[in-house]
Amino acid sequence: MNTIYLDNVSATPLHPAVKEAMVSYINHEFGFGNPVSQHHVGDAAMEALEGARKQVAQLINVEPEQIVFTAGGTESINHAVKGVARARSEKGNHIVTSNIEHNAVLGSLRMLKRLGYRLTSLDVDEYGMVDPADVKKAITDETILVTIMHANSEIGTIEPIAEISELTRERDILFHCDAVASAGVVPVDVEEMGVDLLSLSANQYGGPSGVGALYIRPKTEIWPLIHGGSQEGSRRGGTHNMVGIVGMGKAAELARKEMSERTEHLLKLKQALLDGLGTVDEIAINGHPTQCLPNLVSASVAYVEGESMMLMLDQEGVCISTRSACASGSLRASHVLLSIGLDHATAQGTLIFSLGVTNTLEEIERSLEIFRSTVATLRNISPLYRGKTVG
Amino acid sequence: MYSEIVLEHFKNPRNVGKIEEADGVGEVGNPVCGDMMTITIKVKDDRIDDIRFQTFGCGAAIAVSSMVTEMAKGKTLDEAMQITNKSVAEALEGLPKNKLHCSNLGADALHKAIMDYYARKEGRPIPEEKIKLEHIGRTEEHCYCPYCDLDIPEEVPYCADCGKPTVKHHHH
Repeated sequence: MNTIYLDNVSATPLHPAVKEAMVSYINHEFGFGNPVSQHHVGDAAMEALEGARKQVAQLINVEPEQIVFTAGGTESINHAVKGVARARSEKGNHIVTSNIEHNAVLGSLRMLKRLGYRLTSLDVDEYGMVDPADVKKAITDETILVTIMHANSEIGTIEPIAEISELTRERDILFHCDAVASAGVVPVDVEEMGVDLLSLSANQYGGPSGVGALYIRPKTEIWPLIHGGSQEGSRRGGTHNMVGIVGMGKAAELARKEMSERTEHLLKLKQALLDGLGTVDEIAINGHPTQCLPNLVSASVAYVEGESMMLMLDQEGVCISTRSACASGSLRASHVLLSIGLDHATAQGTLIFSLGVTNTLEEIERSLEIFRSTVATLRNISPLYRGKTVG
Repeated sequence: MYSEIVLEHFKNPRNVGKIEEADGVGEVGNPVCGDMMTITIKVKDDRIDDIRFQTFGCGAAIAVSSMVTEMAKGKTLDEAMQITNKSVAEALEGLPKNKLHCSNLGADALHKAIMDYYARKEGRPIPEEKIKLEHIGRTEEHCYCPYCDLDIPEEVPYCADCGKPTVKHHHH
């Protein structure tokens, strides 16, 4: 059975050059070194660390010293949201967000709410788009932070970040952007976006899991999340995950250099996938039709449940993901899908196909074949389908 | 994640379909929860002569449906009433912990179909409270934070919001 991996939002396969950089770092005589050490073993690690920092900074068009390495996108987000809220608590206690943020944001905000902060969570439209006018209405004199994602990892919609940041910049409000799903996939230019903090991870564009970065604009008031030594300008304690960081640096460099050709390839695959899905009855595509990621398709399949489709596709080698309640370990449908107006049953039957640079057109065609028979088999079992006249 | 036997029943489900002019029909769950199951039975000499299922749900729910129909087929109605959600899960060599709620549908749908058969035979409708009692697909113990007054979907020892210990709680 050949594996066809269409779950690149969960983690991308390591790019061969990234793997090579990581392995060669491990094999290096001083690859174990701690960059904080003041001897030549430490110096070698420091050199690798700063090289990677430069590569990551270039990916999002910032200066290297504005990058803080973390243990992944989730830590970056927790650091940004909690760190800014705590550091600015004397200025105000109000935070604005959207209803479709990642659980890293939602969980951090729930904690802050318990501590007395006030939240405004904005509705999105049927495409998952935040209206900047709603942000403007939500902002008060007490607002200290706006946190809105760049691209949604369940439906692919890209938010109007630059328009929103115009509103925060004219007042004394910090703007954090969760760019985990977009950085390294589509252009992420911090200056153009006008944000003060931006979270990214490595595993969305050929880098390893468990490493990420947080961009912090100079002079931003923020508390550390992880207290410890003087690493990362005392903003993030703990000895560096050097192998991961080296991998992230290499992946960032390659993503920047290859982005336009990668996008062209991804769009070709995405179109083939959309065309194929379009031939199956009663499937709806979620997310914005044009303001969206090139590597993601969210499809709601009527009358069948997502986890069973995922499992059946997996039996044939095709890896996709689903946000059905049953697959999440909870009994609740995805908050993102409910926010864009899907009913519970439709949300339960929603799949995420996320493409990577290693996928081929042949793989998409083969997956579509398997997908068609999967849907037919499961609809045949479904009590919801039998009563319907199909046409 | 799933046992071999669960995957086998999922891939090759037995007794799929709907018996036209069935002697008893049992329906449990709803698509909102992510699981819905309909069992139809044909009864001959107090035995389950034929049984079919239709399920909207996850892999575990489909495997449970298939297994419960296999277990019930050919049994007397009394014997079939002895089949429990637990015995179905055991026949499948266990289900992942977070999938146990799916297994609660199988025997419930079967029992409802049998009760529907008796009701039709005696020419009286099933009392409403009895129907509700059989709707036990979601009444298993679940995790709850008494400090936040919050149902927690996963079974976790501590509440992610307040950090205090969670307790077991019953719905309704």
